[in-house]
Amino acid sequence: MADKIVNKTDDLIIAGRSFQSRLLIGTGKYDSFKETRAAINASQSKIVTVAIRRVNLGQSPDEPSLLEFIPSDEFTYLPNTAGCYSSDEAIRTLRLARELLDGHNLVKLEVLGDPDTLYPNVIETINAAEILIKDGFDVMVYTSDDPIIAKQLEDIGCCAIMPLASLIGSGMGILNPWNLEIIIDKANVPVIVDAGVGTASDATIAMELGCDGVLMNTAIALADNPILMASAMKKAVESGREAFIAGRMDKKLYSASPSSPTKGLIK
Amino acid sequence: MKMYINGSIKEFNGVKITATELITQLNLNGKRFAIEKNGEIISKNFLDGVYFNEGDKIEIIGAVGGG
Repeated sequence: MADKIVNKTDDLIIAGRSFQSRLLIGTGKYDSFKETRAAINASQSKIVTVAIRRVNLGQSPDEPSLLEFIPSDEFTYLPNTAGCYSSDEAIRTLRLARELLDGHNLVKLEVLGDPDTLYPNVIETINAAEILIKDGFDVMVYTSDDPIIAKQLEDIGCCAIMPLASLIGSGMGILNPWNLEIIIDKANVPVIVDAGVGTASDATIAMELGCDGVLMNTAIALADNPILMASAMKKAVESGREAFIAGRMDKKLYSASPSSPTKGLIK
Repeated sequence: MKMYINGSIKEFNGVKITATELITQLNLNGKRFAIEKNGEIISKNFLDGVYFNEGDKIEIIGAVGGG
């Protein structure tokens, strides 16, 4: 959404839910649950993604679980369909997630097309989104940076459009800001850059373009100091958001308008 | 009897077992999980009333770290 009309606290609103942070973070690739939690704390994120997998059947009864470290009264879980390559797999995964999370229906849909690039399969994604929305899910959808597909996903009822900045886990930053701008300009639901952010300036640029939020995992988890990077990302997202709302000056090749007075020069 | 749990063959005594009994045997009491029998999700509220038999394919899932 490109308009700059903000609510009083500038919360991120998704499917009628209000969130105080525009940074969404993943919980994968950390060394421990303790580090995961510390990074989330430093990021001040309110929405955290989780993956759905078979439980370890050999576990001892007192083995800790991820959800114990990120309790549902403090965070909103965003179960994802990472690793799904068909709409059927994604739908099955999210129905299980809803049962796991006691009816929680806000989900991240991603249907991948290729294990090398993890590029989204937009046809399978659209098919899955249609069925999930009819089944009562609020679908935040990972997609390519194709503006036509983004609009189609909104039209079928997705509650947030989440185009990639670049490939998942690549840290390559925003490869096509022009497409992102078109997506943002046309969208009437939140646009959240998901995947490809490598460092703080990438997140700031996404927000300066008018994105409503940024979702990332690897940029934080694989930083040399994940906790410090989580803090940097928090500031980057806030900074970019403020700059977007403030409205940047026009770019000029050169300026005949110096910042200091032209009168009163010492001669 | 043999059943497939999360893709592995598991051997159990008797000819049937309730979902609740299975969860206890797998040390999953008190854990957060969702369970599927032959592709159908079983509501947590009805675990007592669901029986597993020879050859059933059971999936038990939880949340793990992911982006």
